[in-house]
Amino acid sequence: MRTLALVRKELASYFAGPLVYVVIGAFLCATGLQFYTTLNSYVTIGFGLNILDHFWEEFFVNYIAFYLLIVVPLFTMRLIAEERRLGTIELLYTYPLRDREIMVAKFAACLVVFLLFVAGTLLYPAIVYAIQPFDPRPFLARYLGTVLFLASCIACGLFISSLTESQVIASSCTFVALLLFWILTWNEAAVSTSLVTVLSQVSTFDHFHAFATGVIDAKDCLYFVFFIGLFLFLTLRSMESRQWRGRR
Amino acid sequence: MIAVEGLVKDFGRTRAVAGVSFHVAAGEIMGLLGPNGSGKTTIMRILTGFFPPTAGNVAIDGLDVERHPLAVRERIGYLPENVVLYPDLTVVRFLRFCAEVKGVPASARRARLDEVIAACGLTEVAGKLIGKLSKGYRQRVGIAQAIVHRPRVLILDEPTVGLDPRQIIEIRTLITSLAGSTTVLLSTHILPEVSMTCGRVIIIDYGRIIAEDTALGLTQRVRGSDETRVRVVGPRPEVLAALATVTGVDELREEAATDGAVTVVARSTRGDDVRRDIAALVVGRGWGLVEMRPLAMSLEDLFVRLVRDDRDAAA
Repeated sequence: MRTLALVRKELASYFAGPLVYVVIGAFLCATGLQFYTTLNSYVTIGFGLNILDHFWEEFFVNYIAFYLLIVVPLFTMRLIAEERRLGTIELLYTYPLRDREIMVAKFAACLVVFLLFVAGTLLYPAIVYAIQPFDPRPFLARYLGTVLFLASCIACGLFISSLTESQVIASSCTFVALLLFWILTWNEAAVSTSLVTVLSQVSTFDHFHAFATGVIDAKDCLYFVFFIGLFLFLTLRSMESRQWRGRR
Repeated sequence: MIAVEGLVKDFGRTRAVAGVSFHVAAGEIMGLLGPNGSGKTTIMRILTGFFPPTAGNVAIDGLDVERHPLAVRERIGYLPENVVLYPDLTVVRFLRFCAEVKGVPASARRARLDEVIAACGLTEVAGKLIGKLSKGYRQRVGIAQAIVHRPRVLILDEPTVGLDPRQIIEIRTLITSLAGSTTVLLSTHILPEVSMTCGRVIIIDYGRIIAEDTALGLTQRVRGSDETRVRVVGPRPEVLAALATVTGVDELREEAATDGAVTVVARSTRGDDVRRDIAALVVGRGWGLVEMRPLAMSLEDLFVRLVRDDRDAAA
């Protein structure tokens, strides 16, 4: 109940300013352009069999997930850092709210905003389906993966936002952190095969890639759930640190 | 209603609060007076459960702040120093959020919001964004969020700082109107403020209580050494000599002369009697009495005295 009140307040703050509308617009323009050009190139050149499956795989990994990765820090940077800089966090900490309620509300509200981004991308499969119907089941995996990946990015950004009062530091550090987790295994040639095996277990890219091909694997789901849980746990510890540091 | 025993708070090696104990009875208005950095805000933050004390016990309404943080916060309304609110929410939206979080029942919420908005004089700006409000209005929103759930204890950290005189009076009236039903602890570094609103006053410095008194007692301490500024147009040596002869003038201090008038500060314990005698003297000699003004004892003076008394007592 109290958590829900905080979620509503957070959402009211998001939609009071132009940021959400502008960024959703930019995100849909960018992914829309990529949808058109990538689909065109796949159809004209054609890469062997399963042209559409390969197209969706590339589209989700390289464009939807990657553009979300770029946009998430813009929203998570303010979650706690802004409240600390303004001092409003003192209100929240002295209201009858537990730290974990504050954290969950902030996480949930941010996720709700990003679900709007994801909902916008439903347009692309809908367009293709209207031209040529296909089996929609792989999209369950693709969208589940997208939401899990998104929640992981938000959890990571929430944690970094709780460490600083500066939104610039929060957003740049979050972007670097998310990018690192994403490109961890990209240069396979540079490291030994055994190290690549280890890195691919940690990399968000590799786990998301499985979803993008249309497969739901418990291992990948667990990975993202663990990723989210870890960063929420760290956020809570960071919020509690005021008790021994004496600062907000 | 508020019980503080042996409160200590350390920040690293700095001791911000060094063994403070006091009680505030239900319905009382207690003032916490001290210069900036004396530990007022730290004490208030501990009372609200913002952070725990290093040592000591703090109880609100019989509930330990550390063991029952949520129950305590439900009973408290808190206005932080330099109140900052969410600039991108409207006044109504923000107060509704506060009412929801602080457990005002849904059925009573609308009525209570209207009541608080009216009581704090926010009716005209209720639909405006908080970020667009003037300092005075924002301060009132801060008070509104503190009282929205009818807390039993109200903790106000410098509630009138940055307001214009008219707004200060309004806020004071609002606070005194809560006396009886609500226990109020308010901090300030403005001396007249406590005497106007508070029943009892605690004076702290360097995290210690150096005096605890009623507002009346404090006023009398201040009256104890009355200073009067006198500006006289007349021959300087004669004026100074004549003023020194007035009975009850303990000390005479000349200030830099401006526009030809002799400016003197006379210290006395006789209050208005001395001023009457000085006026009669100056007028009787045919000099011009340009200004005569009792100088209120400043907080700094009071502190200097209290700290001095404190050290004398310790020696």
